[in-house]
Amino acid sequence: MSNQNHTDKQEFNITVYTENHIGLLNRIAIIFSRRKINIESLNTSPSEVEGIHRFSILIKESEEVVRKIAGQIEKQVEVLKVYYNTNEEVIWQEMALYKVPTDVIAERAVVERLLRENGARAVVIRKDYTVFETTGHREETDNLIKVLEPYGLIEFVRSARIAIIKDSEGFHKKLQEFEQSEPGHEVVENEYLSSREKVFTM
Amino acid sequence: MLTKEKQVAASPEQTKTISGAEALILALLEEKVDTIFGYPGGAIMPVYDALFDYTDKLNHVLVRHEQGAIHAGQGYARSSGKVGVVFATSGPGATNLVTGLADAQIDSTPLVCITGQVFAHLLGTDAFQETDILNITTPVTKWNYQVTDANEIPEVMAKAFYIAKSGRPGPVLIDISKNAQLQKFDFAGYTPCKHIRSYRPKPIVRHEYIAQAAEVINQAKKPFVLWGQGVMLGSAEKEFRTFIEKSGIPAAWTILGAGALPSDHPQNVGMLGMHGNYGPNVLTNECDVLIAIGMRFDDRVTGRLDKYARQAKIIHLDIDPTEIGKNVPVAVPVWGDCKETLPLLTELVEAKEHTDWLQLFREYNDREIEAVIQEELFPTSEELTMGEVMQQLNEQTAGDAIVVSDVGQHQMVACRYARLNHTRSNITSGGLGTMGFALPAAIGAKFGTPDRTVVAVIGDGGFQMTLQELGTIMQSGVDVKLLILNNQFLGMVRQWQELFHDRRYSFVDIASPDYVKVASGYGISGKSISKREELKDALQEMLSHKGSFLLEVMVTKENNVFPMVPQGCSVSEIRLK
Repeated sequence: MSNQNHTDKQEFNITVYTENHIGLLNRIAIIFSRRKINIESLNTSPSEVEGIHRFSILIKESEEVVRKIAGQIEKQVEVLKVYYNTNEEVIWQEMALYKVPTDVIAERAVVERLLRENGARAVVIRKDYTVFETTGHREETDNLIKVLEPYGLIEFVRSARIAIIKDSEGFHKKLQEFEQSEPGHEVVENEYLSSREKVFTM
Repeated sequence: MLTKEKQVAASPEQTKTISGAEALILALLEEKVDTIFGYPGGAIMPVYDALFDYTDKLNHVLVRHEQGAIHAGQGYARSSGKVGVVFATSGPGATNLVTGLADAQIDSTPLVCITGQVFAHLLGTDAFQETDILNITTPVTKWNYQVTDANEIPEVMAKAFYIAKSGRPGPVLIDISKNAQLQKFDFAGYTPCKHIRSYRPKPIVRHEYIAQAAEVINQAKKPFVLWGQGVMLGSAEKEFRTFIEKSGIPAAWTILGAGALPSDHPQNVGMLGMHGNYGPNVLTNECDVLIAIGMRFDDRVTGRLDKYARQAKIIHLDIDPTEIGKNVPVAVPVWGDCKETLPLLTELVEAKEHTDWLQLFREYNDREIEAVIQEELFPTSEELTMGEVMQQLNEQTAGDAIVVSDVGQHQMVACRYARLNHTRSNITSGGLGTMGFALPAAIGAKFGTPDRTVVAVIGDGGFQMTLQELGTIMQSGVDVKLLILNNQFLGMVRQWQELFHDRRYSFVDIASPDYVKVASGYGISGKSISKREELKDALQEMLSHKGSFLLEVMVTKENNVFPMVPQGCSVSEIRLK
């Protein structure tokens, strides 16, 4: 599948809303790996809805492939909803941290100007090193690497991409719509599930 | 059974303190399970201990290998329409289920497999007989879950059964640590699961697409139906037949769909795919509308995709939205359970007969009879053919038996020629093609439908993969008829080597033991024949025998299964010889 349509491949941001369930990351990752699709970036975090997690996955593929992948992800039992969007349809950011020797940067760089020009800020300043932070698109965070390299960049790390869908009205509303369009029976929880320690009698 | 109201009102007096293992057994009883296939071991011993008190209500079939357990569970589920239940221990017991899980996943078979696991505090320490079965089985299960606390068992079991049997069915694996099995907790009752927030088993039926589909069908000159197992999984055989008969459209089947419409129905035009019938394959590339019902356009059905039915408008009815448009572009998607969508479609389609179009299939069929079928079923050669064995079996069972076939040439012959008057009568490993499937699956099928005759049609290669399950037959006393078609070769591979590898028969010449003696060692009667004049009586003896019977039929060695769509060819390039 990944070998088809090489020419029309582009970056797609896949947003997955899921239950918070152990093993689900593996289940989702397998959907990509069995099709030999490389995940460029992956972030998972709690969403605005309590108990629901949000995955942001970045892949480079054709829309046809992404559409099918999104369907396969949404088919998983604990997945509530999947959206996929081009870069134009989302607002996205990545965060990067840069560690440089404090003495070098203090002696040789015009730090204030450097930070201002690159939208960065110092997170930690120690005798031995200083950590800068910046957020932005890939080319922006890459740019600061180039700037800092001459000053003895010690370490660099960049976060996964997180993206907000421009046209989305939020998943909370969507979840309510789901429940209205296809209401299920009320989930009956075992009352003892929340009191494990109390009833543990082994 | 504890209802929501009762549960809300539950007082300490209404709960009882039981072990996690006993809670599991009670959950099975609440789910109306009657049979379990399994094999005990250290990590699942508490469950077996709890089972000991319930053997009057739950029949446990002790298999000889966990692969046998899961294939038996598949046979049980496929024949009965119920959920198959399997027990296995941790480590090797659990990993031995993997082939069966993959098979059940691809063939949409509802299973709940329970595996024991080491104590929770030992997880991840490479403890004795510990494997990470959850991660191993993630790609081959519809859902899996690890329980480490007994309190979770009632809810998790309820979810397991709900997920396994709802929507597009599939296998579920629940791994339970030993401490959770032993742990006592206050059991407040069992509530079947009817809803999971994140799980939508059935898509919402879109009536506008039903109307579009009907319009396309009503305008069609040469419409053609392809049906698969979805018809049976949705218990929609009646609705399907009504649709076919009103619309007058010729219909062909995938091997998992066989039997949903009786073999001799005038609109049943045969089998699709690589070794399917000539007419339905060729005419797939001539129809103007293709209506796919509960089938998934497997590559064995479509052949070369870029030359598959390019001229046709495709309407696809399926409960699984991801199947629609997965392999072939679809003009009208009809999401939903075909039990619901077919009556809606039937109401809108016009009653027609399509006589000329149907006649075209019959003409192709006549060509196939002349070129292939006549000689296969009524050979003039001295040696017996697989086809004539199936033909004779049809005559003696009158098409009322359940035919469980293994994988290989005999499977294609069995599927092509078995006469099936009833639904859920063709049980085979379709998607995964698992050799060794048939013997244990036949055992399971008989437990699932004890009133029906179950005939396992098995090649000499596949039989040797799981023949230890003869021990299960011996101990359980189950009545299955084992029909071994022995061509002394791994026949399908040999056929491919003949056709595509210049007859270089690389390791396909397989020797067999004396199967009758092997069966005899397990107390099972048997017979081996190689002459045509013996066939009728031998089959009669097998079918009338009280209890299991093994019949080995020595068939011609280098017979090929035709017609055949060679790999990489379009379905209309199907070869008659």
